[in-house]
Amino acid sequence: MEAAIVCQGLVKRYGKITALDHLDLEVPAGSLFGFLGPNGAGKTTTIRLLTGLAWPTSGRSIVAGIDPASGDIQLRQRISHQDQQSKLYGWMKGRELLEFVGRLFGFRGPDLRSRVDEVLEKTGLIEAAGRHVAGYSGGMRQRLNLAQALMNRPQVLFLDEPVSSLDPAGRHDVLNLLEDLRGQVTVFMSSHILEDVEKVCDRVGIIDRGRLVVDATMAELQARFAEPVFAIELEPGQPTAQTDLLAVLGQSALVEGVGRDGPVLRVAVSDASRAGPEILRILATSGVHVARFERLRPSLEDVFLRLVPSQQPHGAHE
Amino acid sequence: MKGYAVLLRKEVIEQWRTRRLPVVAVIFLLFGLASPVLAKYTPDIVKLVASSIDIHVPTPTVKDAVAQLIKNLSQVGVLTAILLAMGSVAGEKESGTAAFVLVKPVSRFAFLAAKFSGLAVTIAVAVLICGLAAYLYTDLLFAPLSVLGFGTACFVILLGLLEIAAVTFLGSTLVRSSIPAAGIGIVALVVAGVVAALPNVGRFTPLGLNELASNLALQQMATGWILPLIVNAGFVVVALATSWLVFRRQEI
Repeated sequence: MEAAIVCQGLVKRYGKITALDHLDLEVPAGSLFGFLGPNGAGKTTTIRLLTGLAWPTSGRSIVAGIDPASGDIQLRQRISHQDQQSKLYGWMKGRELLEFVGRLFGFRGPDLRSRVDEVLEKTGLIEAAGRHVAGYSGGMRQRLNLAQALMNRPQVLFLDEPVSSLDPAGRHDVLNLLEDLRGQVTVFMSSHILEDVEKVCDRVGIIDRGRLVVDATMAELQARFAEPVFAIELEPGQPTAQTDLLAVLGQSALVEGVGRDGPVLRVAVSDASRAGPEILRILATSGVHVARFERLRPSLEDVFLRLVPSQQPHGAHE
Repeated sequence: MKGYAVLLRKEVIEQWRTRRLPVVAVIFLLFGLASPVLAKYTPDIVKLVASSIDIHVPTPTVKDAVAQLIKNLSQVGVLTAILLAMGSVAGEKESGTAAFVLVKPVSRFAFLAAKFSGLAVTIAVAVLICGLAAYLYTDLLFAPLSVLGFGTACFVILLGLLEIAAVTFLGSTLVRSSIPAAGIGIVALVVAGVVAALPNVGRFTPLGLNELASNLALQQMATGWILPLIVNAGFVVVALATSWLVFRRQEI
């Protein structure tokens, strides 16, 4: 698949501080890319470089076919940026702000009005469109910021913490909206809410101290970081079954260890592909009622914490 | 200049909605009205206050009305120009709205040009209102002034104010917050004040233009002003060009 974003050896230094250290990255067109990292890891710096708001010390990048460092206005016609740090013009009304953005993208007359209505509806802001932005709540402002970023039907959409101020319903709506963009728009999303990234992103990059520590699909990450452990949960009302089952499992040559975590039995094995069918056979012959049986997959949070063990600030420029 | 018209429209509406334009217009209107009134009644006020002392105060003339107007504008006008210009670019960089706009398909030149144009519109409207008020009250209390002469004088005053605004605007482009930008404008004003007091070179400063404005308003001989006018206009151009050179590769 063609790449919508390519970074080759991208370096950004602020004096003695290296904010970005030889970043190599490819984001396939149409994918939802989650960009993760602790505070100060270089996420915002990367977005600023890719949107042409800052220039790299060395290396280069291509976004939607154009080098952002070239200052080419065509790039800004093809991309959009929603930055949680940005204040919007509080003296404008919601609709006015979108009309202003639409005009900058060349929309005029009926086209402008219909596009504004479309994004207002998509982001659930129709009723608030006539109010001044200064009176918006944090969540409404975040929705409006997303709405303005959608105005130009971008090829590449950069989102910096797009759901951080939203309530659960708002988060759900925005994540659904992002789901709808899959395949049409390349979304480059930085977020601290790993659960959301796990839910919508099909590819994830994790950056720490300016260096990319991993870049893979969710499936690849889960396969790479999966431990050979199975979880078994029995239906309630079988008081002795857990102990009996643990004893039987412990005798299997493929099982390296067994343990109990509340109602869940954890079975560590040496070879997951051979042990899976063996455990299933034991369960079937032991006559217990099983509620759940699964190979434990690491969550994105597990992967993140293994790759970025320290959450201490380390002075790199965000 | 891609995006200039849209950005200028936004600037003008912003100047109105954030009350900058109406407030500045009212302040300038008050000074326009007050200048001839003060010139006319200052001798009476002095006599009233110091009735026991024998003070000879000459009868005020139209010249005093013009002098009062120019004095007021050179004080309040320049401070207003600094206050308006100090946050124009720095404020947008500080709040993040500059980044919000500059990731859209607009050129940085258009962004700066629209910002300064919006600023210039506010100052020009304020000077126009002030000039009209001062002209009418001078006519009422003293004698009519030449429309052309007084209009040209207002234009010269506007040039001086735009010069101070342009230097502060350059400061606002260089730094990331409004206060240091205002500092740059005030330093420029102090330097201009010192240089204005020097013989021969004083005319080349915005404050030195006051003498020309006075001569024009009173239809007195004004010679040797072409070069100072060009130099003063040149300062505006140089300040704006430097702003652009700085801003076009500035990280936002």
